[in-house]
Amino acid sequence: MSGHSSYIPKSGIERWLDVRLPVVRMMHDQFVSFPTPKNLNYWWTFGGILMLCLVTQIISGIVLVMHYTPHTSLAFASVEHIMRNVEYGWLIRYIHQNGASMFFIAVYIHIFRGMYYGSYKEPREVLWILGVIIFLLMMATAFMGYVLPWGQMSFWGATVITNLFSAIPIVGNTITSLLWGGFSVDNPTLNRLFSLHYLLPFMILGVVILHVWALHVSGQNNPTGVEPKSSKDMVPFTPYATVKDGFAMVCFITLFAYFVFFNPGYLGHPDNYIPANPLVTPAHIVPEWYLLPFYAILRAIPDKLGGVIAMVGAIAILFFLPWLDRSKVKSARYRPLFKQAFWVFAVVCVGLGYLGAMPAEGLYVTMAQILTFYYFAHFLIILPLIGVFETPKPLPASISESVLGPKTGASTTAGAPAAPERN
Amino acid sequence: MAENASTSPEPTRRDFLYLATGATAGVAGIGAVWPFVAQLQPDASQLALASVEVNITSIQRGQAITVMWRGRPVFVRHRTEEEITAARGVQLSQLPDPQSDDARHKANRGQWLVLVGVCTHLGCVPIGTAGDFKGWFCPCHGSHYDTSGRIRRGPAPRNLEIPPYEFVSDTSIRIG
Repeated sequence: MSGHSSYIPKSGIERWLDVRLPVVRMMHDQFVSFPTPKNLNYWWTFGGILMLCLVTQIISGIVLVMHYTPHTSLAFASVEHIMRNVEYGWLIRYIHQNGASMFFIAVYIHIFRGMYYGSYKEPREVLWILGVIIFLLMMATAFMGYVLPWGQMSFWGATVITNLFSAIPIVGNTITSLLWGGFSVDNPTLNRLFSLHYLLPFMILGVVILHVWALHVSGQNNPTGVEPKSSKDMVPFTPYATVKDGFAMVCFITLFAYFVFFNPGYLGHPDNYIPANPLVTPAHIVPEWYLLPFYAILRAIPDKLGGVIAMVGAIAILFFLPWLDRSKVKSARYRPLFKQAFWVFAVVCVGLGYLGAMPAEGLYVTMAQILTFYYFAHFLIILPLIGVFETPKPLPASISESVLGPKTGASTTAGAPAAPERN
Repeated sequence: MAENASTSPEPTRRDFLYLATGATAGVAGIGAVWPFVAQLQPDASQLALASVEVNITSIQRGQAITVMWRGRPVFVRHRTEEEITAARGVQLSQLPDPQSDDARHKANRGQWLVLVGVCTHLGCVPIGTAGDFKGWFCPCHGSHYDTSGRIRRGPAPRNLEIPPYEFVSDTSIRIG
């Protein structure tokens, strides 16, 4: 995909710069003339949307730090100060708070799109692994950010999450103590989580650059999963992908704006507007919605260490997905059995999210155990077996053929009957 | 270096220099990282909070108070006879973390139970005189403790921790 550059410097300044630091050439090659499969659908716009989310979070976050005080006795009040006193503070905080949720909505769609179209398969394994690392960093960043307002959910969420490390045999309590800087979640904990919350987004940015680099080496996957065969399969990134991404971003921002302006508290938890109290645990602790499926897995295992291993394993297993799925065919369009398994898996994940929000008792626990088993079975049993037993549908010869139909005559008809089904 | 190794079986001076330089750099690296890890430990101001004295005269039988010690709640419970009897009547084989009631209070002061009020599962504060065993119940993930603070049912792996404490007099204890 890194063919010869089509960049031609137009002005004297550009020519001067081009032989010293060819940064304009790089941007041109990567984001203007970069060849893009011409059949990409709107599920492919979430990469750009995620970049928008990251930039939004970094800018709003940097501004919030100008008004926030990381101290147990002042943090809660300083957040209320941002909401009430700072000019447009309410807007910036709501953007940052809801922006985290929007970030996760986008990343989950992005991940499931990759799963559906087999974007993790050869030659994109490293691209996928970098994505999982970004997802892990996002979860860590979001958790730390949730601690900063120092409300009841902040405090007890931090207590529960940091205590997860105490399940590790032998060194667990030492690690927990190093996380806390004390004997419980307290001011040193708040300070170090604040420091890391500022650091991690820039680490995410770094891994995102590697992610885009890897993407531009292997090229984008596409809805057919058939690798591009010729330049006829491709269109330049600009204007085709830029305009499509831009339109999707506008739609996404509209949804974002709905939450920020009309329903800012909907995705949060009211208990976090109670200042942290180390002596009273809220009756019902839940993490933010985007962590609920993993929380359900944690609680499904009736053993402390086992629960932690299952929760970590649920994320770690994603690293191995490129080798667990044995099928050579990428896209679910041509994989009838896989397509069904994919949708069952998606429903299971949503179900785990629902159960994570429910109290850990009775039928809810049993259901969570069943769904947790299925979650792992999908990766460890179902995917490897489907790869062996499934008969894929015939693949189109090229991306062009999937769009225009097979070249039987001189004139090709758009949407010919032989074209594979669309979804 | 490869050439040297193939021509002479003996290690050369250059091999020695590589190893010595590498080892020095490694030790120096660890030494440089050490302060950055060590600063994560509880600092002097945290350690300074490590002792509190509590007057227990006002706690009636069947009551409990909660005091702060090292940023964590500590339960001081004045147990009733029924609660003590219930705690003593349990077979050790029934307990996930076997410990006799005698081992969980000071000698001859069986009515006083002093416990760190932090669930050994994931650190929530259990609710007193609640749960199936009338000891404590953790609302977060459903751990039941008995009137000796021992885990009986639920995901918690261990009994409620007993802080270091001593009776300064009959009416006062020092925790820490």
